[in-house]
Amino acid sequence: MKRTVPLIITFVTAFFLVVSFFIPHEPFGALEQRMLVWFAIVSGFTMLLGVDSLIRAHTRQFLRFKPGWTQSLALIIGLIVTVVLGVVGRVKFGSPFHLQSPFMFVYTYAIVPLQATMFALLAFFIASASYRAFRTRNWVATVLLVSAVIVMLWRIVPSGHSISPFLDWLGEDAIMNTFQMAAKRGIQIGAALGAVSMSLRIMLGIERSYLS
Amino acid sequence: MAEPTRKSFWEAMNTIDRRIIFLILFIVVTIPMLLTIGGEIPPTPPVQQAYDAVEALEPGDILMVSIDFDATSAPELMPMLKSVLRQAFRKDVKVIMLGHIAIGLPLGHMALEQIAQEFGKEYGKDYVDLGYRPGYIAVMIAMGREIGDIFATDYRGTSIRELEVTKNVHSYKDIKLLFGFEHGGVLDYWVRYAQARFGQKMTFGTTAVMAPDAYPYLQSAQIEGLVGGLKGAAEYETLVGTTGLGTRGMPAQLWAHVLVIGFIVVGNLGYFFTRRQRSRQGGDA
Repeated sequence: MKRTVPLIITFVTAFFLVVSFFIPHEPFGALEQRMLVWFAIVSGFTMLLGVDSLIRAHTRQFLRFKPGWTQSLALIIGLIVTVVLGVVGRVKFGSPFHLQSPFMFVYTYAIVPLQATMFALLAFFIASASYRAFRTRNWVATVLLVSAVIVMLWRIVPSGHSISPFLDWLGEDAIMNTFQMAAKRGIQIGAALGAVSMSLRIMLGIERSYLS
Repeated sequence: MAEPTRKSFWEAMNTIDRRIIFLILFIVVTIPMLLTIGGEIPPTPPVQQAYDAVEALEPGDILMVSIDFDATSAPELMPMLKSVLRQAFRKDVKVIMLGHIAIGLPLGHMALEQIAQEFGKEYGKDYVDLGYRPGYIAVMIAMGREIGDIFATDYRGTSIRELEVTKNVHSYKDIKLLFGFEHGGVLDYWVRYAQARFGQKMTFGTTAVMAPDAYPYLQSAQIEGLVGGLKGAAEYETLVGTTGLGTRGMPAQLWAHVLVIGFIVVGNLGYFFTRRQRSRQGGDA
């Protein structure tokens, strides 16, 4: 029963949603809409579950002084401060996203710079990798590097003009609009077929990994 | 005691401290950014198409703007967003903003309020921020039938039926154009669900890394246009007639690209010369 009931629910719900795609009229259309709203509500609750799991794991880390407990403490403090400021913003300004709210102050001067800094570090690692790791060891690597150099040169605009019309053609028409698009299409079609196959397996109860 | 063998020039180059590489990159990017350099960037066809799609809107038409990025991609996408908002408000187009990346939506909200203030636009009458709802696929599909089922209120909690912009907006049929600002896979879902199922006209601004993912949709005319990366942002600024971070970032991007190309060339020269040296030494032995 523990496995059979969820499998039946999965099959019936999935079948119903697939039929609704092809029959948008009543009652399918309205029922599909209702289920989509439920999906959004359940997604919100999964976020709450995620926060709960995060708090439990890091509180355990902090209380037992395991390695990295200072980072866990910083995370918990950051979480509490953000929630409190969000509530203050909601009560005082009607929304935590009001530009004068304390939440937006913390967002603008702490969260955004921290996120941007972490991502900006990638630029340095790419520069280091380009010098130390990008080696033309074989013809495939050589083609990859030459394409990368052409695309980088194509994106350069010195003095408001591109370097040459031939480079524009090479970068845009030859590489972006032909070779990479063909490869991208193949990958997207393959991924879509894989998703269809996996969805059918889940609907029919063949794939049950989500139950464990 | 044997004398330590001296490293050759190329061996020394190959084992250079990475901090020197970091320092060179820092200097090459910072100095151009500190100089205020203007200039027009000639638009490429995908960017021109995106601009034309917004330009074709009439006063009173609804433009939906989707904020699907966060602070990590803000340097590329914020200049595009501001240019699109300027173009829309200049044409008296109504703007509805929403987003699927919760942590990035406040960035979009800040840009919307800033640009609206520039043009003297009023919240509720000229623009609305619907905020965020979880479950982006469900949100996209549900909006095809009735937006009010998912976004009953705006970000402040005001019913959308009380706001002039959204009181008669029920589904994609009432939205003339969707402009998505994407840094991840949400772009695919917009095309899959909003365009393929409901025929919503859309165009995208993406990071340079994500732009190749959107090219197939552009070629098959599933999207109206594509603004890719910082260069795309600079081209869009030129079309709109402003000079923002996109245009000012072009010299830094130019020299950073030249530097990376130089690193690749020098690194590979070092690799070949040291390999040849080692094979010669092995032959001599």
